[in-house]
Amino acid sequence: MSTAGFNSQNGTGTGQTYTNGPSQNPVALQQPSGVGYSVNHQPAYNQMQAKVLAPPGPALYPSGPYQPVPPGPQVGSYPPAPAQPLLPRPQIGVLPSHTPPQSASPGPGPWPAQATPPAQATPPPPAVTSTGYYTGPPAWQYAAPRGPAPNHVNPAAAAPPLMSHSSTQPPGPGAPPTSIHGYTQLGSAPPPMNPLPPHTYQPNRPAYGPPPTMKPTAPPAGPPGTTGTPPPPKADAQCWGAASSARPPAEPDTQEGDVECPGDVAGNGPQAPNSYNHVDNRMAGAAPPGPPGRHLGHYPSLPPGYQNTSAPPPSSLHPALQAATQPYTQGPLPYQQQPGGPGPSPGPAPAQLSPSMAAMSLQSSTPEALRVVNLLQERNLLPPAPVPAPTPCLTQDLQKLNCSPEVFRCTLTSIPQTQSVLNKAKLPLGLLLHPFKDLSLPVVTSSTIVRCRSCRTYINPFVSFLDQRRWKCNLCYRVNDVPEEFMYNPVSRSYGEPHKRPEVQNATIEFIAPSEYMLRPPQPAVYLFVLDVSHNAVETGYLSVFCQSLLDNINALPGDSRTKVGFITFDSTIHFYNLQEGLSQPQMLIVSDIEDIFLPTPDSLLVNLNECKELVQDLLKSLPNLFEKTMETQSALGSALQAAFKLLSPTGGRMSVFQTQLPNLGVGALQSREDPNQRASAKDVQHLSPATDFYKKLALDCSGQQVAVDLFLLSAQYCDLATLGCISRYSAGSVYYYPSYHHQHNPAQVERFQRDLKRYLTRKIGFEAVMRIRCTKGLSIHTFHGNFFVRSTDLLSLPNVNPDAGFAVQMSIEENLDDMQVVSFQAALLYTSSKGERRIRVHTMCLPVVSSLSDVFAGADVQAITGLLACMAVDRSVTSSLSDARDAMTNAAIDSLSSYRQSALTIQQPGLLAPACLRLFPLYILALLKQKAFRTGTSTRLDERVFAMYQLKYQPLAFAMLMIHPALYRLDDLSDEGALNIGEQTIPQPRVLQLSVEKLSREGAFLLDAGLVMYLWIGRNCHQNFLSQVLGVSSYAAVPEKLYLLPELDTAESQRTRAFVSWLRDQRPFFPSLHIIRDESQLKPHFLQNMIEDRTESALSYYEFLLHLQQQISK
Amino acid sequence: MEATVFILSLVDCCALIFLSVYFIITLSDLECDYINARACCSKLNKWVIPEMVGQCLSMMLMLVSMHWFIFLLNMPVAAWNIYRYVKIPMGNMGVFDPTEIHNRGLLKSYMKEAMIKLGYHLLCFFIYLYR
Repeated sequence: MSTAGFNSQNGTGTGQTYTNGPSQNPVALQQPSGVGYSVNHQPAYNQMQAKVLAPPGPALYPSGPYQPVPPGPQVGSYPPAPAQPLLPRPQIGVLPSHTPPQSASPGPGPWPAQATPPAQATPPPPAVTSTGYYTGPPAWQYAAPRGPAPNHVNPAAAAPPLMSHSSTQPPGPGAPPTSIHGYTQLGSAPPPMNPLPPHTYQPNRPAYGPPPTMKPTAPPAGPPGTTGTPPPPKADAQCWGAASSARPPAEPDTQEGDVECPGDVAGNGPQAPNSYNHVDNRMAGAAPPGPPGRHLGHYPSLPPGYQNTSAPPPSSLHPALQAATQPYTQGPLPYQQQPGGPGPSPGPAPAQLSPSMAAMSLQSSTPEALRVVNLLQERNLLPPAPVPAPTPCLTQDLQKLNCSPEVFRCTLTSIPQTQSVLNKAKLPLGLLLHPFKDLSLPVVTSSTIVRCRSCRTYINPFVSFLDQRRWKCNLCYRVNDVPEEFMYNPVSRSYGEPHKRPEVQNATIEFIAPSEYMLRPPQPAVYLFVLDVSHNAVETGYLSVFCQSLLDNINALPGDSRTKVGFITFDSTIHFYNLQEGLSQPQMLIVSDIEDIFLPTPDSLLVNLNECKELVQDLLKSLPNLFEKTMETQSALGSALQAAFKLLSPTGGRMSVFQTQLPNLGVGALQSREDPNQRASAKDVQHLSPATDFYKKLALDCSGQQVAVDLFLLSAQYCDLATLGCISRYSAGSVYYYPSYHHQHNPAQVERFQRDLKRYLTRKIGFEAVMRIRCTKGLSIHTFHGNFFVRSTDLLSLPNVNPDAGFAVQMSIEENLDDMQVVSFQAALLYTSSKGERRIRVHTMCLPVVSSLSDVFAGADVQAITGLLACMAVDRSVTSSLSDARDAMTNAAIDSLSSYRQSALTIQQPGLLAPACLRLFPLYILALLKQKAFRTGTSTRLDERVFAMYQLKYQPLAFAMLMIHPALYRLDDLSDEGALNIGEQTIPQPRVLQLSVEKLSREGAFLLDAGLVMYLWIGRNCHQNFLSQVLGVSSYAAVPEKLYLLPELDTAESQRTRAFVSWLRDQRPFFPSLHIIRDESQLKPHFLQNMIEDRTESALSYYEFLLHLQQQISK
Repeated sequence: MEATVFILSLVDCCALIFLSVYFIITLSDLECDYINARACCSKLNKWVIPEMVGQCLSMMLMLVSMHWFIFLLNMPVAAWNIYRYVKIPMGNMGVFDPTEIHNRGLLKSYMKEAMIKLGYHLLCFFIYLYR
């Protein structure tokens, strides 16, 4: 975890770079420098803009100083254009893939000059436009995709489709649709374009049909089987077709690059992107059961060119899918009429065509996802590498634009058309989000952010442009105007290409928000630390670790010159620290009236970090000693929280609370509710719900004042996390729990605490945030999971948002989605960065709609389903009971598999049958039943159980999955075969083993990675080589009882092992502690508890569980 | 005696009707995003006990005047109100909890409940009126 990584991350969004001129459109960076768009080319345009925009700004929003838009004649949208080339953007390294294409694109050079004269209100002359859209230097456009295509997930299909646009056209659709397509005319016949705005499109409009209803019209050139092609997508298709073919060759790369941040996951610098690639490689290379490409064979997401020209048997296709792909049949049309007849077209096409056709016929009838698996017979179901997210069966063009599954994931990648189909499938429908993930993404500055006028959706890649001046919202289907400003494309610096703007090219994008998005001036970064200093706390020794950690990272705290910090300590009284500038040393103020708490000197308790840094450092150095001899055992946490809330409420900010025992004094005092003798009982677990509403109420007060509370619980005794956790849960904080923390007795916990603190203090943070999740009309969200307060039906109030928080929502289908091919979801997160900038991060995901049950099953994402079920089960165990929740999970598996058997399966066979995409479902359900949160019969402390529940709800899916189903690797025979190369390091990739003791052998050493903890189990007869080369001991008996570190030996084996372990650690934002255990170690039971396929005293083995399921299903 | 009882229950019933309407309006305000969950729930929670008392009162009035049918008609609703109040989980902020109201379709079920109560009170109103 390098600080540098985080710094750059924090700097990313918010660096000083931007403070004086908000535009940092990354793409704009590639503009040739010096040419101020606003200055040179379009004075008229500018002035008009200025007239409109400038006056209302200051008048309406007194927060003038914060406005990123400088008033005056400058255009709101691209004011700092001239300055851009100077901005050093940290992640520029990731972006370059954008660069070549963009700058190489035909537009830039001659463009502005041509486009400018008419710029004001009249659109550019049509001839010009058409060239801009389609021709360019076609040779480059069409030839290019071939290069990068193999990088894309689906090499086989990626290259040819793009080719087909150009190549297959001439023979293809031919005459029919010409009249239908606006753009076709655009491209083909310049003259009609002239009177552009209303008239030209008038005749076309009927073809698009009435916007919201999407009535099917006669299929212009589709395969025979199709019934109708709803018109609107046509427009989509065309735009996309155009956009995609014009898309720079490196696009697939860029997409990935965009989504993965170099410094992100655990701040491990440049490793992250590689790790992504690695997954990618595996997907392509190792051919695990469900590589994303699999859909392509079955569902003809193939570009329509094929369908038209060669007419592959479309009869086997599902009508809806056909329909979905059909619009694209017309996609290529424009090209056909291209005047220039693009270079590479007819020649290479056939060659490209044949392989993919072959692929298609091979995988003819059933897609891989629906291959029937008899779970009772097939034992080795676990893929050797981490399970990849399924790819929605969308067309290439859409899929390429779609949001990364790491950010946005849906349990069903094919959305059922009606609620009744969904009910039949018995699978939960929901989204899992990781919206504030550390990413490097394109940032757009614009004085007007284009949004739908009725539903306020942000413009996104899945909207359709009816013509240049109007776009149709993909969520509510309202037709909106394209604002004048949006006509200019800063990427190519050309006018009249709204569909090429970065907003329409990226599913994940960030806007710098203008002042309309501020209710008050953006708050500064404010950090308040509330520390338990009772006797118990001092005993654990956490205080010195905390102070040291904060001292080390004090300069890395995200913030700007306004950053404020404050400290409160408490035992039976509350201690404030006056850190006002000018004092020679910090002044401690003790308030002993805890019933009616007040702030002794409200102004000097929260101080500017930069001005008072020395005082703060003095305080941190003296704090551990200050309470060394305290004998106070009581803890007045409630009053301390109230005091902290009072202190923070004028500004908002982050409150970090460190607590080591049950609060037992004053308001919010709690009683111990846990009966240690009941820990292992198989009966129901009590006390999972909070004991008092004090913490919840306070959390809601905090939420209202934009204060988030993060709770660090370090305790050996019961602390009632179920109650205390409410303070974080509803104020969008996070909970960290270190059971049995002690600075001497438990060094593994200390290291974990240190690393977590470092990440916590330095990670990116967003203040006063809200997140809204919108979905296409007809779908609605009914339940939310995660840490936040749901302020209104779809608005989550997040006083702080951090990059490690995951969210989940459950959805229902309110209205039938009959005439839609795709639905979209948009999560928009509005937050104030630590540099005081208001920003909006928007993620949009698009998924196909299907009508048949088997298609719904084919699109099931088993990991997302498991994650969502876990969240639902947590809710159920709190509101109802744990046994209820366990039953519900088992029933979920039974119901969905029996529904599959009854409705989707055509051939009945004996055995427990599941579609290939759900083959891991029973295993994951069993894993959930044996997870700490839900297990019964095994001794589990109440706090640990509740913490596990919090984790399941809070962690992003990837980490939650590890906590549910740990990964087991064999480490004693690591080799460089198939290893990853990241920077200088080689990281071996052992295969993932099944979680069963049968996979262990006494001769080996096995690493179990369970998310928050790792166990390295050393077999009794472990190879001497491994013992000496990796562990540095002479024999098995010499392995120490408590070992938390892999010694740094200078041997190849040691290096490999350490590289692998640290690679695993670096991928997550928290620090898993490593326990090296021998066969007779005390921790062995913990290790064995994770062997979920095995039988335990109180739980079924995997095989027994399958038999149980089968029995229930055949009932 | 009889007249007094019915006048009293009529007044009580009017109050309950108004209360149901108030519940419906407030909940639909929340649905339409006019007020936030916190405000809505604190508004509604204030009226949970008065509603319960009002319902019990009309039940008692019928009991003392020995109108068994109307008494029985009143009983389930009163029982439901009391049950709902008693069953509030310890950590919740009243019958309507702002952190839960948007989950698991609770808002809709509250709405439905308020609607049913409105219908029921209207029925009672006319029964009292024409007796």
